[in-house]
Amino acid sequence: MVVGPGTVSDQVPVTPDPAEGSVPGKAIEGRSLGRIAWTRLKRDKVAMSGGYVIVFLILVAIFAPLIVKFLGDPPNEFHQNLIDTSTLAPKGGTGISGDHLFGVEPQNGRDIFSRVVYGARISLLIAFLATGLSVVIGSILGVVAGFFGGWVDALISRAMDVFLAFPLLVFSIALAGVIPDKAFGLTGDALRIALLVFIIGFFSWPYIGRIVRGQTLSLREREFVDAARSLGARGPYIIFKELLPNLVAPILIYATLLIPTNILFEAALSFLGVGVRPPTASWGGMLSDAARFYTIWHFMFFPGMAIFITVLAFNLFGDGLRDALDPKGRR
Amino acid sequence: MTDQGATAEQADAVRLSDPVPDDVILRERADKGDPLLSVKGLEKHFPIVKGLLRRQVGAVRAVDGVTFDVYRGETLGLVGESGCGKTTTGRLLTRLVEPTGGSIDFDGRDIAHLRQGKLRPLRRDMQMIFQDPFSSLNPRHTVGTIVGAPFRIQNVKTEHGIKRAVQDLLKLVGLSPEHYNRYPHEFSGGQRQRIGIARTLALRPKLIVADEPVSALDVSIQAQVVNLLDDIQREFDLTYVFIAHDLSVVRHISDRVAVMYLGKVVEIADRDDLYTRPRHPYTVALMSAVPVPDPARRDRAQRERVLLTGDVPSPINPPSGCRFRTRCWKAQEICATEEPPLLPRLGDAASHQTACHFPIDDAEEVAGRSSRATA
Repeated sequence: MVVGPGTVSDQVPVTPDPAEGSVPGKAIEGRSLGRIAWTRLKRDKVAMSGGYVIVFLILVAIFAPLIVKFLGDPPNEFHQNLIDTSTLAPKGGTGISGDHLFGVEPQNGRDIFSRVVYGARISLLIAFLATGLSVVIGSILGVVAGFFGGWVDALISRAMDVFLAFPLLVFSIALAGVIPDKAFGLTGDALRIALLVFIIGFFSWPYIGRIVRGQTLSLREREFVDAARSLGARGPYIIFKELLPNLVAPILIYATLLIPTNILFEAALSFLGVGVRPPTASWGGMLSDAARFYTIWHFMFFPGMAIFITVLAFNLFGDGLRDALDPKGRR
Repeated sequence: MTDQGATAEQADAVRLSDPVPDDVILRERADKGDPLLSVKGLEKHFPIVKGLLRRQVGAVRAVDGVTFDVYRGETLGLVGESGCGKTTTGRLLTRLVEPTGGSIDFDGRDIAHLRQGKLRPLRRDMQMIFQDPFSSLNPRHTVGTIVGAPFRIQNVKTEHGIKRAVQDLLKLVGLSPEHYNRYPHEFSGGQRQRIGIARTLALRPKLIVADEPVSALDVSIQAQVVNLLDDIQREFDLTYVFIAHDLSVVRHISDRVAVMYLGKVVEIADRDDLYTRPRHPYTVALMSAVPVPDPARRDRAQRERVLLTGDVPSPINPPSGCRFRTRCWKAQEICATEEPPLLPRLGDAASHQTACHFPIDDAEEVAGRSSRATA
């Protein structure tokens, strides 16, 4: 069976007459819907290039110390010999050279390349963990709301409304202000990262929750749920064995699309000084520093491009994933 | 099932007006002892709620006092037009829907208001075949998982493991055991319905409620599935409640037929009794709507269609007395005031019961074929 992208008919193959059956002796392995989606995704060049960029960024984040060792300098090392002391700008405008691929910061001369590379760690770590947190909370509460309905649904749905209406930015600025340097047994960067993950993850679960609830509402009416019920299946069996496998696709899609949102949100919080504390490098924090030197283009350009490319890659990949797993193509 | 057999059976299933072959008429009937299933005054009223406080302002009386027995080894056909409550009745029998009132005696036990936990072991004996073969199989599960689910849910141990049991079931319904690892989307509608049937057979139930099991299938596939149901009934001594709106299919498979209208049974009789001597005007109208596929036979049968006027009244506010009176050409005053009980009429046997004040007698039924259309 040849699978064409986006067509519906390919989901319903013309099968031979049941009386003929299959050729005996030939092992038949079914193609799961996941495998069909993967075949389709592989043909989507835009989505795949987004995927490659994501993999590249993850590798960069993981191997940041190694990369910096060969291609840059430690991210917090000052190079004031490269700074023009009268203007505070790097000598020669940007300071871009073989040693400093993206140039150096004005004023203290830190290597921008290594700070961007290290900033990827913070951005991706917070975005992934926060998305993971909201996926877990959102999926559980969404499926429970959709499956049980009634007052359970009413309660969870109203909770989602409250969370979505919350003035999140103000709240997080206030919260970050009152949290001391040492709390919950964590200090420094670890505490800051945990705080950001909690704030972002805890307030973005309703996006996943609503999708999952809606999907559950429609899945619940399908006859295979009745079939399981007529066999005597209990609630947990139906939720985990019958409903969740059908919810993996939408959860995956919206998680992928939530990651860039969370990256932007983390950058925004760092820009406002609520994120990780200096001197730890983060993209949002770099942009915030660069705002003071707006005439020096490269300081803002490289962290800005890093955010732009990352968000774009995740969005392209997420869109491709949605097309590949398109619910309309499913039967 | 051979192709020849399928074609012959198919023709048999499609042509209602054909004389039924003797061997089918004389097909061994189960000895009518105790009924396996005995339904009395079954009711399901779906509440209509309004406003913020969800106050109940009315009810859809989908099933409103249905009474019938199903004997061991027989097939009871349940027919009626869309919205008459036949599907709800089926779902009440398997307790997928909670009954509002009445009793369901299954194998000597009233299950109408049994708690789900108490009901679970009884579910082995009572299974359901669903209407839509596309929605009744989980698209994310393999055939093996789907057909093996009854064993896992009910925690039933099989002699040679679940996989072997599933493969035997697949063979039984005419699929290849090698389809074990395939997914539902790789099958046609008829094959999917076979998978669904294999699932219902897994726990060797006593009763199968088939909710329009062939309505979603191509006509050419319908006969194959109906014959499969027939074969497994004989093999496993099954009892069926067969819900359908296709009278030809019901005639082919049923031993007895109950006709439903607006949440009530209006006529119940042995299959041949009902098809040759329908008593209730609604049954007569229903029968006359069945098309005759053979143009040569059309004149001989002198069939005239009884065209009912108007729509089915709303089940929210059904007519008083006889529910069919608003569309009945024989309706008189008594029909509005007094609800006709389901009784044998005009000297019928006890098995042929009609809920009508003015049942149609044999002479009228024959004469009416030409006169009713002009009346």
